[in-house]
Amino acid sequence: MIQEIPGKFVLACIDGSSFSEAVCDYSAWIAKTVEKPLKFLHTIEHMHLPTVTNLSGAIGFGATSDLMIEYTEADQSRGKLLIKKGQEMLATAKDRAESNAVKDIITKQRHGSLSESLIELEEEIRVLVLGVRGESHDHDTSGHSARLETVIRSLHKPILVVNSEFTQPKSVLLAYNGNKASTKAVNMVASSLLFKDIVCHLVNVSDDKEESVKLLAKAESVLQSTGVSVVTKTLSGKIDDALVAYRQEQDLDMIMMGAFSHHRIRDILLGSFTAKMLERTQRPLLLLR
Amino acid sequence: MLFSSTKRDWFGNVRGDILAGLVVALALIPEAIAFSIIAGVDPKVGLYASFSIAVITAIVGGRPGMISAATGAMALLMVTLVKGHGLEYLLAATVLTGVIQMLMGYLKLGSLMSFVSRSVVTGFVNALAILIFMAQLPELTNVTWHVYVMTAVGLGIIYLFPYIPKIGTVIPSPLVTILLLTVVAIVLDLPIRTVGDMGELPDTLPMFLWPDVPLNFDTLKIIFPYSMALAVVGLLESLMTATIVDDLTDTPSDKNRECKGQGLANVATGFIGGMAGCAMIGQSVINVKSGGRGRLSTMVAGVVLLILVVFLNDWVAKIPMAALVAVMIMVSIGTFDWNSIKNLKTNPKSSSIVMMATVAVVVYTHNLAYGVFVGVLLAALFFARKVSRYMDVELVKDEEQNTHTYKIYGEVFFNSSAKFIEYFNFKDVVEKVVIDLNRAHFWDISAIAALDKVVMKFRREGADVEIIGLNKASETMIDRFGVHDKPEAAELDLGGH
Repeated sequence: MIQEIPGKFVLACIDGSSFSEAVCDYSAWIAKTVEKPLKFLHTIEHMHLPTVTNLSGAIGFGATSDLMIEYTEADQSRGKLLIKKGQEMLATAKDRAESNAVKDIITKQRHGSLSESLIELEEEIRVLVLGVRGESHDHDTSGHSARLETVIRSLHKPILVVNSEFTQPKSVLLAYNGNKASTKAVNMVASSLLFKDIVCHLVNVSDDKEESVKLLAKAESVLQSTGVSVVTKTLSGKIDDALVAYRQEQDLDMIMMGAFSHHRIRDILLGSFTAKMLERTQRPLLLLR
Repeated sequence: MLFSSTKRDWFGNVRGDILAGLVVALALIPEAIAFSIIAGVDPKVGLYASFSIAVITAIVGGRPGMISAATGAMALLMVTLVKGHGLEYLLAATVLTGVIQMLMGYLKLGSLMSFVSRSVVTGFVNALAILIFMAQLPELTNVTWHVYVMTAVGLGIIYLFPYIPKIGTVIPSPLVTILLLTVVAIVLDLPIRTVGDMGELPDTLPMFLWPDVPLNFDTLKIIFPYSMALAVVGLLESLMTATIVDDLTDTPSDKNRECKGQGLANVATGFIGGMAGCAMIGQSVINVKSGGRGRLSTMVAGVVLLILVVFLNDWVAKIPMAALVAVMIMVSIGTFDWNSIKNLKTNPKSSSIVMMATVAVVVYTHNLAYGVFVGVLLAALFFARKVSRYMDVELVKDEEQNTHTYKIYGEVFFNSSAKFIEYFNFKDVVEKVVIDLNRAHFWDISAIAALDKVVMKFRREGADVEIIGLNKASETMIDRFGVHDKPEAAELDLGGH
């Protein structure tokens, strides 16, 4: 039953957002427990907006080459500044993780958008940790960014979305409906070192009580076979309402579930369950694809 | 795919795009009018074209932030068609141009741009600038002194106004020029030509109309050569402009989509009574400089242009031609690659020749396609010449065995094959000749023929010939093309090889 998930690093995405410290702590916790090196990633996205504007509308001798030089200089100084800021953030994160007793820490800076970088690094990722909102959306107090959704959809690795300060997880809510992603989640809990000391609340939301109990029993036996302590529960009602309420009531530290199993177009029309959970839950979400 | 675009393409830079679009719209009006006059049609043909091409390429083009409209390069190609057959044939040719461009886009011919060297691009750009300037000369000959003064003052305002603190970089100086010169011309009631004298301006929104030409083979025979030239020049300028915008903004673009987009824009433009157009280097630089980055900037430019000319056509008619000439001279100066003159000294002579030949042919023929053709051809010849120098033969004489070993290095092809033969010594009497091709590349049948010739000659002089180390590329070529190792050619083959 023990199944090794490939990937060398616990990858944590650091930017200037208010979640960066929590991202750092959660990734440190994972790296420590699963005994894998921790890698901090900072991406520098190319600025697509003009840096210098001149509405004079006049073009004179060497208009193109002058403009080219002007833009290159502006981008260069901006790039240098971003690189330096990023290095400082990475150093802070590294210090913080080191004080958390993580041994192997690597930091990395890359150019390009976050999703672009992550797709290229996907092979080496074991678990990805990132904040629910990036630096540029820090002032919004609710919701997740469209970019986060792009990242989640384009990767096929476990992703921990951090949305609150770190507390040592002692319990997890595992949303189970028998589909591929949630079965993967069950196998992960059963096999990973991460869940050794964590109580797993195996939850199914269904109006068909009998069927639900059967479904849960099967998954429960998988979990118990590797010594995970399990609580099973069948809830009814709207899935996101039920899960959010149950987590609050039981004060569970984390939610684990399959993510974006439907096509984007269906989600645009009907609204995505994952997107709703990302918006509503107050504790980190561990998403499996 | 032609219609897909991200939210960021459209709304990633709303403020910048709208402002830049306004600046570009104001600069497009004089250009569209000027290019209509070059083509010999009413200003409304160019203005409708600029509107529709800008709006359509905003949606379907492959390079967000690039400005396409009625252009000088295209207008120059239409002159004889309009003169000989009239506007309706121009509209039909415009539609056909678009069809050809879309076809080229679907055949992914955009990648052929890689054959157009940097020198040819520079030559194209410079020739274009010179042609735009030359097109202004009729407005400056046989006119009263007022026109010269107006033009000079106009240019002065264009280049000096931006230095005024604060307002200089907020108000487009070409607009100031046009407004000021128009007011002066009206107040002083100067005896000079105005836009209204040049032909009809648009007074309604454009309407769909089918070009009034007979749909038969004769029509096709008339318009096809024009459409072909228009299609090629349009795509060349568009792809060059796209590269310039790519470089300036440090973002990539989809060149094949741009070809299709240009095609679609021209098809639609022909059906609303506009002339064929393409991307504009000068306007695109103005757009980027003014802060335009997204599709919205091109869209705003097109829409504002139409609104301005349709609702202000009485005022547009009063703009003195001298103001337009001043703006067009600015565009010409801004389009010309002035560094290329400085670089004439430092660049390799062959590059400079390619550049200047391109310019000369264009200025002589008024057809950018011919210039590019000559430029590409010359560049290819120079390249072949250079590569053929990368060949050397080393002769090792073994007197004891009476054997000559030739070691061939480098590239053997049509241009170097004659030189290849000259390296061999047929006078010394030898028993055996070894030709070592380990470090040679045989590119074509000229190379193979040259090798055959050498081998045959040695054999007829009584030597055995051995060829060793045919590398993979040469080996397949020789197997396919060579005759010396076929049995029927072996009459004089005494020892085999």
